Amino acid sequence: MQTPQIFSFHGGIHPEENKAQSLQLPLGRPRLPSELILPLGQHIGQSSRPLVKVGDHVLKGETIAINNGFLSSCLHAPTSGTITAIEERAIAHPSGLNDLCLILEPDGKEEWTTLNPLTEWQSNDKTDVLAYLAKMGIVGMGGAGFPTQVKLQGAHKNALKYFIVNAAECEPYITADDMLIREKTQELISGIEILQHLVNADQVVIGIEDNKPTAIASLNALLSEQNSPIQVAVVPTKYPSGGEKQLIQLLTGEEVPSGQYPADIGVLCQNVGTCVAVHDAIHYGKPLISRFTTLTGDALKAPQNVDVLLGTPVAHLLEYAESQHNNLHRLVMGGPMMGYTLDSAAVPIVKTSNCILAATKKELPPPAPEQACIRCGMCEQACPANLLPQQLLWFSKSQEHEKAEHYNLFDCIECGACSYVCPSSIPLVQYYRHTKSAIREAREANIKADLAKQRFEARKARQDAEAAEREAKRLARQKATPAKSTTSKAAPSPSKAAPTPAAPISDEAKKLKVDVVIGKTKLKKAQKLLLEAQENEHLEDIKTLQLQVTEQETQLALLEEQLSKLTPVAAPVQTTPSAQSKPAVNDELKKAKIDVALIGVKLKKLNKQLEETPDDQELKGKITNFEIDLKAAQATVDKLGSASTASTAPKAAISDDLKKLKIDTAIAKAAVKKVEKALQKAEEIQAPEVDAIRQQLKEAQQRADELEKALANPQSTDAKTVSTPAQNSPDADAEKKRKIDLAIAKAGIKKAEKNITLLKEQGKNDAEITASEWPKKLTEAQEKLAALEKESTPAITPKVEAAVPANADADKKRKIDLAIAKAGIKKAEKNIALLKEQGKNEAEITESEWPKKLAEAQEKLSALEATDGNTTQKATQELPESKTDSATNDLANKIKKQKIAAAKAQINKLTKRLDNEPEVADSIQQEIAATRQKQEDAEALLAQLTHSKETTQENH
Amino acid sequence: MLTVLLAIGVLVLLSLIFGAILGYANVRFHVEGDPIVEQIDALLPQTQCGQCGHPGCRPYAEAIANGEAINHCPPGGQATIQALADLLDVEAIPLDGDHGTEAATKVAVIREDECIGCTKCIQACPVDAILGAAKQMHTVIADECTGCDLCVEPCPVDCIDMVEIGVTAKTWSWDKPQGIAANSLNIIATDRQTEVTH
Repeated sequence: MQTPQIFSFHGGIHPEENKAQSLQLPLGRPRLPSELILPLGQHIGQSSRPLVKVGDHVLKGETIAINNGFLSSCLHAPTSGTITAIEERAIAHPSGLNDLCLILEPDGKEEWTTLNPLTEWQSNDKTDVLAYLAKMGIVGMGGAGFPTQVKLQGAHKNALKYFIVNAAECEPYITADDMLIREKTQELISGIEILQHLVNADQVVIGIEDNKPTAIASLNALLSEQNSPIQVAVVPTKYPSGGEKQLIQLLTGEEVPSGQYPADIGVLCQNVGTCVAVHDAIHYGKPLISRFTTLTGDALKAPQNVDVLLGTPVAHLLEYAESQHNNLHRLVMGGPMMGYTLDSAAVPIVKTSNCILAATKKELPPPAPEQACIRCGMCEQACPANLLPQQLLWFSKSQEHEKAEHYNLFDCIECGACSYVCPSSIPLVQYYRHTKSAIREAREANIKADLAKQRFEARKARQDAEAAEREAKRLARQKATPAKSTTSKAAPSPSKAAPTPAAPISDEAKKLKVDVVIGKTKLKKAQKLLLEAQENEHLEDIKTLQLQVTEQETQLALLEEQLSKLTPVAAPVQTTPSAQSKPAVNDELKKAKIDVALIGVKLKKLNKQLEETPDDQELKGKITNFEIDLKAAQATVDKLGSASTASTAPKAAISDDLKKLKIDTAIAKAAVKKVEKALQKAEEIQAPEVDAIRQQLKEAQQRADELEKALANPQSTDAKTVSTPAQNSPDADAEKKRKIDLAIAKAGIKKAEKNITLLKEQGKNDAEITASEWPKKLTEAQEKLAALEKESTPAITPKVEAAVPANADADKKRKIDLAIAKAGIKKAEKNIALLKEQGKNEAEITESEWPKKLAEAQEKLSALEATDGNTTQKATQELPESKTDSATNDLANKIKKQKIAAAKAQINKLTKRLDNEPEVADSIQQEIAATRQKQEDAEALLAQLTHSKETTQENH
Repeated sequence: MLTVLLAIGVLVLLSLIFGAILGYANVRFHVEGDPIVEQIDALLPQTQCGQCGHPGCRPYAEAIANGEAINHCPPGGQATIQALADLLDVEAIPLDGDHGTEAATKVAVIREDECIGCTKCIQACPVDAILGAAKQMHTVIADECTGCDLCVEPCPVDCIDMVEIGVTAKTWSWDKPQGIAANSLNIIATDRQTEVTH
């Protein structure tokens, strides 16, 4: 055994030791108190969580509270007994505040729970041993009560050079560790060995002050007897050599850097009491339930060290040590230097209570009044942490926290040496403690403020996002509302014709349809914007808009494809190809037409300029260029127009034909299926139409077969498809063509109208407008439309009697016409309103074509509605008992209802207008009458339909 | 004449050069936002209580940067006023009583039996410290509550109390010593107040 080198630390003091008193008597073992008070927060860090409830009976050593997070530990019952309460009691704390405690009433039996010593601690995993120590509730018993397992885990951060066992016990009066070493030398050495096994340090040193000769002797005797590598370093008595950092400096000569831990320089420090507790836990399985505590002070007749159960009230110990209550002036827990005054003797002993000092007035006189600092510098000489106490005092007094921190206030170990030496009796440590708390509070407040700020900002961001979303939704709704009218005007085929088949449509399909409609609206809007931009020649806008349009077109195409995939069975009767191919071609056509119009406008402008400056060669050149462009564009329009016709008729490229054929086949097959279903139904109810349906089925099958054959033999498609005229194809094709023509005509009208309004907006007078080609174009287009519509109307009539698919087609067509007519009316009304707003007088309005157009459109609408009613009726009569038909009935009902609603709305509108504009009262009243008439008709029809439906249901 | 022109020319040239340097520096070292607002905001207690008359601490920080008085923040109290005064190099003035008085930190507590689950307090809480759903009992996350008081007013059944956060053994802090005792002044003879007789 060698004697290790001893270094020294700065400062330190030599107060009166007063250790002899408590060593006169042997170790005392006070009897059980009437109740044990066990605070849940026995150490720094989180309080433990109780495992027992009031009334529970516990055995000695049973876990009664468990580890509750970081830096927490377990708590065990110090004796057997009953938990009588879990309540707030005064605890051993400088604040004198209450905290949650478990109250245990001992039963006096001292009945141990089953103890499970860890006999194979040497072979066990070190982590398991650490966990075991945590389970045994072992915390540092020297000062703050740092959970031992946490400290041991932290020791592995760096290679451990020294394992120092702190037996210095430098504070006056306290002899608990001295007594522990004397009483439990063997256990102490064993505990040190266990800890050394866990941490594996290069050197193990017991640091002990030279004022404990008996303890040193017994240690040395035992160590030499065991030939142990553990060294005993006897350090000179000086307060505070027992401070962790000071002892490290004494034994290693190294200083723990500011703000760091001993582990950072490869040192681990453990108190002797902890080592003994580790031994007890490992070898006997005993948790930490008792400790050595010094009872001392002149107020005690029998000062001594006691082995006391945790939770024993101080009053009980004072009684045991024969306290003289009249002499007792101040009760201190801990030593006179670092301890704190207790307000009440009811507080219990906890894991860190090493001394109870019951002092008389003479022993611990009240502190002298604080006087002004005389800057003697003695505090600096005494400071073991190399700080500048005087500077720190200034900063603390003036609350200059930042500066205090800068002067390393947090390295102060609060040993009280500076206060001890201060000739002005300044309670320096109390100033530092206060400043430390204030800084900690400020830090916590800062953290809390940051958190609050974060949460506030997150909330604001969330609210902003929500508001933006709402705004976007509102805008979308705003867009969707006019879109509904446009879609019903321009694209009625998907929205109106879709519900025709009886098959239930899945939600997905519905959603897709909505998406398609929205997409179409968006597309239309973008196109409109594009057109405007083109007219106003905003180059940048045109580019971005063009991009948008193409993007939306592709999106729309995608959606439609999805939709058609989703509803191949549900919507087979519809003319899917027209829905699929027509819009695409139509769009292209439209674009081409727009180009033509644009070039035309430019040309016109240039022509005008040319008129003004007839000699401008440049202009002429430009004009010729434009004329060429115009021709080219016109050519594309023509080509596209023919292509769109061709794509419906089986004349174009083979791939198109193939597609078309496939679609037709699918349709035919679906039709077959449908008819089969209808037949089945009819057979079930033994309807007389069975034969007719059978005939239909045969025909449909035949057609499907033919189509399949044609599909299998694509080379001869031309002939085959042309030669499959039967009932559907020619009709359908012709109709499709008509529809395209119609659409073109409609687009033309729209265009012309738009241009007229644009001109009007631009402030051109009527004369100029009439002079421009637009009104003429408009009339032309309208004429064409009328002709086309006439053409298509008779085409419906023969088809009504034809098979179901044809019927559906005609239905759809009529609906389109209806929608168009309605839209026309709306448009005319709008235009009239616009003219009125523009301040045109009555005469001008009447002169303009709009009122006339309005009347025409209304007429047309009523005519169409009449046909609609007829056909529906016919349809009703055709297959009155089949399910498909009842669905059509429903639909018809719905349509009728809608019409009635529309008529009602119109009446309302007109009445309102009547109120506003009494001068046109006559015409409006007439209109109202007409609309009422229409409404009544529709209602009558609806009643009829409902009636017929009811009869159908009754038949069923 | 030539000298005058030369002088003007040189000055114009110099001003152009420095103007260019300044312009470049303005672009190159451009600072986003107002740094002083950030600094002021960092000193405010972030209770977002609105007692200063602004909807949150940051708006008040902006207002201070624009010249509003620094004594409108009751939760921050004199400490915040002092910190703001140090930062802005102005005189620390006492708290403006119109905006409220400095009070101990409080935390909102919902009497849960009486809560009807109207979510009004949830909407009022600036830091999302109240937990609950419609027709469900609400509760305050005490750690997140800034004690701003804003949830008390909207509660239709007045079931929210502002409770002072009590000091526990964990949050307790040492008092500041009394300072130099008054009677200690009499220890030094020359300090004594003596009647001077002529």
